[in-house]
Parts: sequence; structure tokens; C-alpha cells
Amino acid sequence: MNLIENIVIIVYLAVLAYLGYVGYKQTKSSADYLIAGGDTHPFVMALSYGATFISTAAIVGFGGVAAWLGNSLLWLTFCNIFIGVFIAFVFLGNPTRKMGIRLNAHTFPELLGRRFHSKFIQVFGGVLITIFMPLYTSAVLIGGTEFLVAYFHVDYHIALLVMSVIVTGYVLAGGLKGVMLTDALQGVIMFVAMIILMVMVFNAIGGVDVGLSKLEMVWDKTVAPLLHVNIKELAAGSPDFLMKLSMNWGFQGWNKMPVFLSEGWLFIITTIAMGVGVGVLAQPQLVVRFMTVKSKNELNRAVLIGGVFIIAMTGIIYLVGSVTNVWYYEFNEGKNALQSTGGIGKVIPHFINAAMPKWFAFIFLFALISAAMSTLSSQFHAMGTAIGRDVFEQLAGKNNPNSLLITRVGIIVMIVISVSLAYVFDKQPAIIARSTAIFFALCASIFLPTYFGGLFWKRMTKKGAIASMIVGTVVTTFWLLFVHFQEAKQLGVAKMLFGVDSLLSGKIIFVDAMMIALPLSALTAVIVSLMTKPESATLIKKCFED
Amino acid sequence: MGTFDLGVGAAFWLMNASALLCVIYGVINWNKDKEEKVLNTKSWEKDEAKMTKDLG
Repeated sequence: MNLIENIVIIVYLAVLAYLGYVGYKQTKSSADYLIAGGDTHPFVMALSYGATFISTAAIVGFGGVAAWLGNSLLWLTFCNIFIGVFIAFVFLGNPTRKMGIRLNAHTFPELLGRRFHSKFIQVFGGVLITIFMPLYTSAVLIGGTEFLVAYFHVDYHIALLVMSVIVTGYVLAGGLKGVMLTDALQGVIMFVAMIILMVMVFNAIGGVDVGLSKLEMVWDKTVAPLLHVNIKELAAGSPDFLMKLSMNWGFQGWNKMPVFLSEGWLFIITTIAMGVGVGVLAQPQLVVRFMTVKSKNELNRAVLIGGVFIIAMTGIIYLVGSVTNVWYYEFNEGKNALQSTGGIGKVIPHFINAAMPKWFAFIFLFALISAAMSTLSSQFHAMGTAIGRDVFEQLAGKNNPNSLLITRVGIIVMIVISVSLAYVFDKQPAIIARSTAIFFALCASIFLPTYFGGLFWKRMTKKGAIASMIVGTVVTTFWLLFVHFQEAKQLGVAKMLFGVDSLLSGKIIFVDAMMIALPLSALTAVIVSLMTKPESATLIKKCFED
Repeated sequence: MGTFDLGVGAAFWLMNASALLCVIYGVINWNKDKEEKVLNTKSWEKDEAKMTKDLG
């Protein structure tokens, strides 16, 4: 590193420390620590939502998947914007904000628990977040660390440790205020870097149209020859193996959708687009942001900022991810991106360092560190509040003076678990994208019917909500352990108990768990609610009337 | 984007259209709800004990 790079890094860390300090100074109550006091500026709120939403998993992980599977991933960008921003802010944002205030809710599980007057729901929600969110957190850690390793040529474990320690510092000190302020700064850095990236990449390969049209030629030269090769002759996990696998799944080129209802089509639509796209609606760390603004105006303004931010993030990185194949073909002896870099998760880090000037690689480093830190900080905060507010405080007694301390201890515990998982999962192919998809699907299946019903259906009952969450949990877990083609095989439980990788066969095993579990949990919520006694008029009035 | 097939092309244009929708919605509703009753969030802390008691 030269002197300027050292100075920039120090300034960046100093600004983060300052914002964490500002958050610390402004945090005077548990409401400040948990929901940033409820008076956040819309610019900060929108950028914080977007920067939390878009992690290194989206940039490094899904950018690498775009290099592998192509522009069919743009369906995810559409879902990210239309569902994750427009539907979320316009239809869910304000009802969530108002109900949160009426019920004095400080976390997502607390909102659900108080809506249905159920300690069980709050504790159950907190426990689920504690168990499953580390999976997603570890994916974000891997994505950020991969780039640090590629840029600084440092040991993976050291890079992982350093990043975790920095984030821990400002989350512990500044609470959600500190998290959102740093998120906003990091969101601006990410936005600027992506715009520069798009201009430079398409300039390097001859423009947008030319670059995208060359993808067909590169596919024909580097992937099509694998058509008559038996996949068993290829080393498992190797670049050619992955490309052959994509062909077997029905992929026909980087600018084409896979064959309708093929394995690849089901993977792109059910796991990637719907699993992640719909799953975002019930993300605890995102829902809580609706409770951080003081009026609907802030949410309306955030729609504009959020929509532009998300297209600048995922829209650009997926297009860039796919056209890295063109760049590598032209500048690396006729090889495609995977053949040149060796793995899905390595494409974007390698490409930035190999194809872009040094100064931009340095800027992009900050974008990725920012993406990782902004998501990690929110996840650590959500997991910590789940342990402190939703589990410990509920079980140990209300208004326990130690709940914020427990939240902070919880954050540290969850960081240790997440870092451990990041060590374990590092060598798994496409683990970043898959872990993200799994967590999003889990959230949708378990929380979404209760969240929707709680906001919009007064007839929904506590028993209906509990039954729905249990069905969502059981069905999702069953599908992941015993049916889905990737998770069931890798977890090995089905193999151990029944001697097969999956209990089912055929294309159904490519269908994402959410597509099965969400309809069942929603149906359960409706049926059980209608069969049970309505909630008291007093509770309904408290939830829905000012 | 003539190089995309129908499925990918649809995703590309829907992606752009949805971003445009967000921009238009944000501009039109930038300050539209100023008449809405703003709930007093600052009362949360002092109401905490009462709310907790009411909700069990």
C-alpha cells in the first residue's frame, strides 16, 4: 500500500468511529438504541435500508453467479426494486410504523408478539433470528473477506477477524443510530463506485450493446464445446464442471432464460428471484427501519432514493458480472470468467483487481467493505436485540435493567458464531448466494403470513399466527433437510436416515423451500384464525386505532 | 437490448420500469401526507411501563 491508500483507510476508519460516537452520544434510551429514536432523516433511512439490503453477498456472491448463469438474474433486480422497495415501503412501511408506535414495539418479533398479545411469538421469533441469521451473516462475511484477501494479499482469517472487530465496535457503541449513520455513508460510497464501475467496464468492452452481444460468441466458444462432454469426466466444482452443470440444468447462454420449467429455470425463478425477492419483506433488520421514521412522508421520499439505489447496485453488478466473460475472453487467452478465476465467488474480486486500474480497485474495495459492514452491522444489531429484547427480557422479566447489556453481549456471541461459520463455509461453491437465498426464504415462510395478517387482517388470531409460524418453520426445515437438491445433499441428514440424497426426485427438488412453505403457512394462518375465537376488541383497538 | 431473449429482456425492462415507478411515486408523494396525524414517538419511553402492563 502506498501513503495515500494508508491515509484514506485511516480517514475512513476515523469517520466510522466518529459516526459511531455520534450514535453513542445520541443514544439516551432503549428506543434510541433499538429503533434510532424514531426520527431518522429519510435520506439516512433509505440509504441505510438499501445498504443493509445490498451486501457483499449481492455484489460478490450474486455478481459471481451472474458470471456463471448470466443475465437471467435481472429477474432478481426487478423483484428487489418492485417488491423489496416499492411494495415494502408503499404498502407495508406506514402500517408497520404506526402499529410499532401504538404498541411501543422496538423490534420485529416484539411487533408481532404485541400485535397478537403473545410472549411466545416474540420469543419464538427471537430464537429463530438467533439460529438462522448467522447463516446469512457468515455469507456476508465471506463476501467482504474474499475481496480484502484479493486486494491486500493477506490471510483470509486475519481479514475476517479485522473486519468483524471494526463493525463490532460501532454497533456496540452507537446502537441503531450509529448503524444507520454509518450505513448512509457506506451507501453513498457504494453508489458512486457502482456508477464508475458500469462506465469503465462497458467502455472497456466496446459499449453496452456490443459487450452484451459478444456474450453469445463467448458462450459458443467456451461453453458450447462442453455439450458432448460427460459431466462425470470433469472435476467436481471445477469451472468447466459448473458450466456443464448449467447446461444440464437448461441454461442456453448468458443472455437467455433457461428452458421453461427446467431445473435452471426453477432455480432462477423460485430460489433466486422469488426466494430472495419476496423474502426481503420479512427481514427483521429491514422491517425495523420502518419504525425509525416519524411520518409517512419520510417513507415516500425513501421510495425514490431506495429505487434508484437498488438499480444502481444489483442492476449494474449483474450486468457487469455477466460481461466479465467477454473481458476475460478478450484479455485472458479466450477463457471465460469462471475458467479464468477458478470459482464463482472469486470472479468479481479478481475482475476488479485484474481489469480495473489500481485507483478504482481501491475505491471498489471501500464499496465492498462498506456493503459488508452496513449489512453486518444491521445483522449484528438485529441478532443482539433478538437475544436481549426478545428472548432474555421476555424470559427474565420485563424492564430488566440488564437487557441492553445482554443485547451487547448477544451481539458479541453472534459475531463469534458468524465468524466461525464463515471459516467453515469458505470453500463451498456459491455458498454466498445460497446462504442468502436460504435465510430470505426462511424469513418469508416463517414471518410473512403473521406479519401481513397482523397488519391488515383484524380477524387473525394468536393461535393462527403461532400455527402459521410453526408450520413455516417445520416445512422449510423439512424441505431443506430432506428434499432440496443442494441443501439436502450437503447436510446429509436424508442420506444418513434414508440412504438417499433427497426423499423426492425429479424437478420438484429444484423448487425453493419458500414456494412450498409460504403457501402452507399462509393457509394455516387463515384456517386456524377462522376456527378460533377472535382477539379481544380492546387489543384490536390498541393495534389499529390512534 | 436486442441481444436478450424474451425472458431476460422482460426482466431488463421491468427492472427499469420499476425503478422509474419508485422515482415517480417519490416525487408525487414527496410531501403529500403532511396532514396526517404524526404519532408522538417521543412518548415511547414514558409510556413503556404502561404499555407493557396493558399488553401483559
